Amino acid sequence: MVRPGRYDPPAPPPHGRSGPAFSFFREVIMRWIWVDKFERFEPGVALTAIKNVSLAEEHLFDHFTDFPVMPASLMIEGMAQTAGILVGAAHNFAEKVVLAKINRATFERLVQPGETIVYAARIVNLNETGALIEGTVTCRKLVKGAWVELPVGHIDMMFSHIDQNMAGLKFPEDNFVFNSAFMTLFDGYCREIDVHFPGRNT
Amino acid sequence: MPMTQEEVFKKVKDVLTSALAVDEEEVTPEAKLSEDLGAESIDYLDITFQLEKTFAIKIPKGELIPENLFSNPELVANGKVTPKGLEELKSRMPYANLSAFEQDPDVNKFRDIFTVNTLVNYVMTKVN
Repeated sequence: MVRPGRYDPPAPPPHGRSGPAFSFFREVIMRWIWVDKFERFEPGVALTAIKNVSLAEEHLFDHFTDFPVMPASLMIEGMAQTAGILVGAAHNFAEKVVLAKINRATFERLVQPGETIVYAARIVNLNETGALIEGTVTCRKLVKGAWVELPVGHIDMMFSHIDQNMAGLKFPEDNFVFNSAFMTLFDGYCREIDVHFPGRNT
Repeated sequence: MPMTQEEVFKKVKDVLTSALAVDEEEVTPEAKLSEDLGAESIDYLDITFQLEKTFAIKIPKGELIPENLFSNPELVANGKVTPKGLEELKSRMPYANLSAFEQDPDVNKFRDIFTVNTLVNYVMTKVN
């Protein structure tokens, strides 16, 4: 059983070229990750991440019993993770970035197993207090033998740098949003698309 | 070309209906953002972002909503803003109508200063 809260992960393993360190993941049991890979990353500007939807995922078993579709709430989570990483990276992960508000979430198409969700997040506005993000969701699927990319929805959201916005409240010194387990994942994502992030071994 | 008060108000109204999910009719010039339109603290950040985007302006931290005022004992005493504090507010917020607040400068009523008109007047100083 993994409970949310403070957790001191073991030291990350040496970096390899084989993507995220899976043995490390078994140790830290990072389950709440809703993006599989980065596809394009322009630090400070935009990030596109993908998620493959599989019928083996437990949340589809009863959503719905005879008609499995990706829950919209989890697509919002996927966009929040994509956008949150984009916002965090813009200030070199020095800030604790938290989702403050979902300004818009509209969906026009269902996503089913075997399809790939594409989360494209773009920074509209960024300053020391937080960021405003515009996100579009599409899905890649096979239609009569050809891969097509179709619109799924729009998700706009706002992030807050909590240390800058909660006057008088003290948060832990360590960055519990972008902890070392997350940073190992981030480095792996970047290596896979050959993005070299300043100050990181990517 | 300078924008008129009316043009600015119309755009501010659009920002507020979208950021606070309120009806257009509710966004009157005198409406208080918190008390009448239900704005919470995080909404002020959102409104700042939306104003910057809509009017292509920069709103430096602490300019629209002054910071670090109420932790200064010279400016606030016994939950009331002191005369010196009121002077400080006037100089930092020339775009705000402080006459009602001056009558009862209770710090808990500070938010009431932020009406739709306060935003409009602030934006007017930035765009023109």
